[in-house]
Amino acid sequence: MSDDSAPGPGADGRPAVTAESLALRAEGLVKTHYGEGAPAHAVRGVDLSVRRGEFVAVTGPSGAGKSTLLHLLGGLQRPDSGGIWLDGECADAWSEARWAVERRKRIGIVFQFFNLVSNLSVADNVELPALLAGVPPKRARVERTELLAELGLKGKERSMPGELSGGEQQRVALARALVNRPPLLLADEPAGSLDSKGTREVMRLLSRFHQRGQTIVLVTHDARLASAADRVISFFDGRIADDAELDGGTPPRRAGTSGVLELRDSPVSGPRG
Amino acid sequence: MRLSLLALLARGPAHGYELKQDLEQMLGSAYPQPNVGQIYVTLGRLEKSGLIEGEDVEQSSRPNKKVYHLTDAGREALRVWFEETEDEPRVRDEFFMKLAVASQTGLADQITLINKQRRQYLNTMRQLSKLAAAEDRDNRIAHLLIEGAMLHLQADLDWLERCQEELEELE
Repeated sequence: MSDDSAPGPGADGRPAVTAESLALRAEGLVKTHYGEGAPAHAVRGVDLSVRRGEFVAVTGPSGAGKSTLLHLLGGLQRPDSGGIWLDGECADAWSEARWAVERRKRIGIVFQFFNLVSNLSVADNVELPALLAGVPPKRARVERTELLAELGLKGKERSMPGELSGGEQQRVALARALVNRPPLLLADEPAGSLDSKGTREVMRLLSRFHQRGQTIVLVTHDARLASAADRVISFFDGRIADDAELDGGTPPRRAGTSGVLELRDSPVSGPRG
Repeated sequence: MRLSLLALLARGPAHGYELKQDLEQMLGSAYPQPNVGQIYVTLGRLEKSGLIEGEDVEQSSRPNKKVYHLTDAGREALRVWFEETEDEPRVRDEFFMKLAVASQTGLADQITLINKQRRQYLNTMRQLSKLAAAEDRDNRIAHLLIEGAMLHLQADLDWLERCQEELEELE
């Protein structure tokens, strides 16, 4: 495998993409977990391309291997076989140390349980990855202030993570993941431990960052969250079962769309108030 | 729509166009709205069956408008309506039938059917998300309606996932 081998046009008729326009590419990824009992084939031969600026959701039942896939893409686990390219650069030979650097610069990650440093303040949690990446402290503070304001956390700078609600902690985690402006954001069940209000909040924020060009790969069991993405990959038993672009257009007009309710053709028209 | 018009008239007398606007404002953009013609027809029927009564009101520069009010019989019909519970949503649907008979026909593949149906549900879910984002934040009723629709869809998607897990094992 070489760095410049660009995939051809997809069989699904999507436009051909060049290696340069891909934020992320994976080929033939395989990962098997060996523990007590039978080996678990978590990821069984996955090819995946994510274009720059794309928002991709990976959904599937728990145990389907979708979190393992995300961990492989972020270098948190290494594949048994297969390759990963970030911005066209092959990551196969990267050391743990190199991956750690890239997770500060090129890849931001948010997790289900936030993984904040519990004995650091909100401000320090967000600034830490910037300082570790060699950003001057003054600049790190500016970035942190802007992000926290943007995420509605102004005034919480001195709070400790434990003093915040789940939704607030996840917003801090999002700020931490984005403080170095990584081209790629990976999110692993980011609303998995939040209530429906927190879920809507995460959904709104991911959509907002995506609209500004952020490339996002989101793993979630929540179809509501997944529907914020442009593209939804259904993951079953370690494999991609379906890969669908959401058109976001109006669904076909029929009586009782999906048996749930009928949607109007033009939701924003008509006399209001 | 009959009962929702009666319910609006329980607040006090109103004319047809007023009722249309009130319905729209209350239910939000996700709810399928009747056109003004349907409202007038329904009001006519409700009047015939004695549940409401109309009264012509003169307007200086425009044709008369008819203002309706609820009768005792109408109020009773509303009480009965609130007293009854509604049927639960039905599981039986056309997609289930396709899935059940697909393999016997040799004309369709179950997993393909599931994948296609999932795409449709996900697109509807996206549409609902957009409706929710466009809806007036303060209209709680409208938001609850959309949220209900999304939860139903989520359940449908979970069920598709179960079908896929079950049927892929058989392959």
